[in-house]
Amino acid sequence: MPDVADPTTYSVLVEVSLRAGIADPQGATIERALPALGLDGISGVRAGKAFRFDVEAVDEAAALDHATVVAHRLLANPVIEDSVVTVVAGG
Amino acid sequence: MPARVGVVIFPGTNCEHDAILGVERLGGTAELVWHGATSVDGYDAVIVPGGFAHGDYLRPGAIARFSPVMGAVARFAAAGGPVVGICNGFQVLTEAGLLPGALQKNSGLRFMCRTVDLRVETDRSVLTSGVPVGSVLRIPVNNFEGNYTCDAETLAELRGEERVVVRYVDNPNGSVDDIAGVCNAGRNVVGLMPHPERATDPLSGQTDGEVLLRSLLATAGAGVA
Repeated sequence: MPDVADPTTYSVLVEVSLRAGIADPQGATIERALPALGLDGISGVRAGKAFRFDVEAVDEAAALDHATVVAHRLLANPVIEDSVVTVVAGG
Repeated sequence: MPARVGVVIFPGTNCEHDAILGVERLGGTAELVWHGATSVDGYDAVIVPGGFAHGDYLRPGAIARFSPVMGAVARFAAAGGPVVGICNGFQVLTEAGLLPGALQKNSGLRFMCRTVDLRVETDRSVLTSGVPVGSVLRIPVNNFEGNYTCDAETLAELRGEERVVVRYVDNPNGSVDDIAGVCNAGRNVVGLMPHPERATDPLSGQTDGEVLLRSLLATAGAGVA
């Protein structure tokens, strides 16, 4: 028996959004369009991006680690963006 | 011997010939360098021109910084070689970590194509060494993500070390502290959103970019001697 577990595929979701305090003209523009729907009481619209991909890893913690590297080094620019990484399925 | 400039192109770059023409009009020589190249040896200066490198997918410059040539540009810059990023090239240099800060969408979500007044804030950079501080130059801008931002600590450093190279006289896009261009601590890497290479030919209606490219060529040429 190998003492390393076989890799399993984990589905990962990375959400990238502008950091608090960074102006979000896209979110603001969307918010200004809302009255055209006849809806009141919606505020704080922030636009962002979502990425889904699969990671092969020995366990969920390793999958999260790999996905976090991708999020920090490529998907988000830490100067202006935050990222949240979630393992949504697998294992 | 005329300064020899490498002009880096990625898939989607579209200002490379303007850069070459600008350099050649001023007596330099320029050659295209494909983004797959692993060396920029033999050049006296490198220009990363404007356009939409790798389609601007993800963020402008985000994919380009992983192109093989960027490792070579980083080594060239670390050795003191003059590097200038224009527009998309500025975005690439910030994503690559060769310059601080980031470029976000213009305030008001405007794609901006117009000529602006730029004030030269320092003559201690490879792009402004021959330009008196306080000079106001008419230079075109052409971008969607030209809104320069950085954290407060970085801004204080840029100001304290006189590393804001050019400012907008009338801020068109929300850039922090009216910043249009900055340089690295070594002052040999400069990035700016406006396009000096588009203001080097009387046919284009303006020639104020000449003094900037002339500074770059003079610095590059001095490196050869």
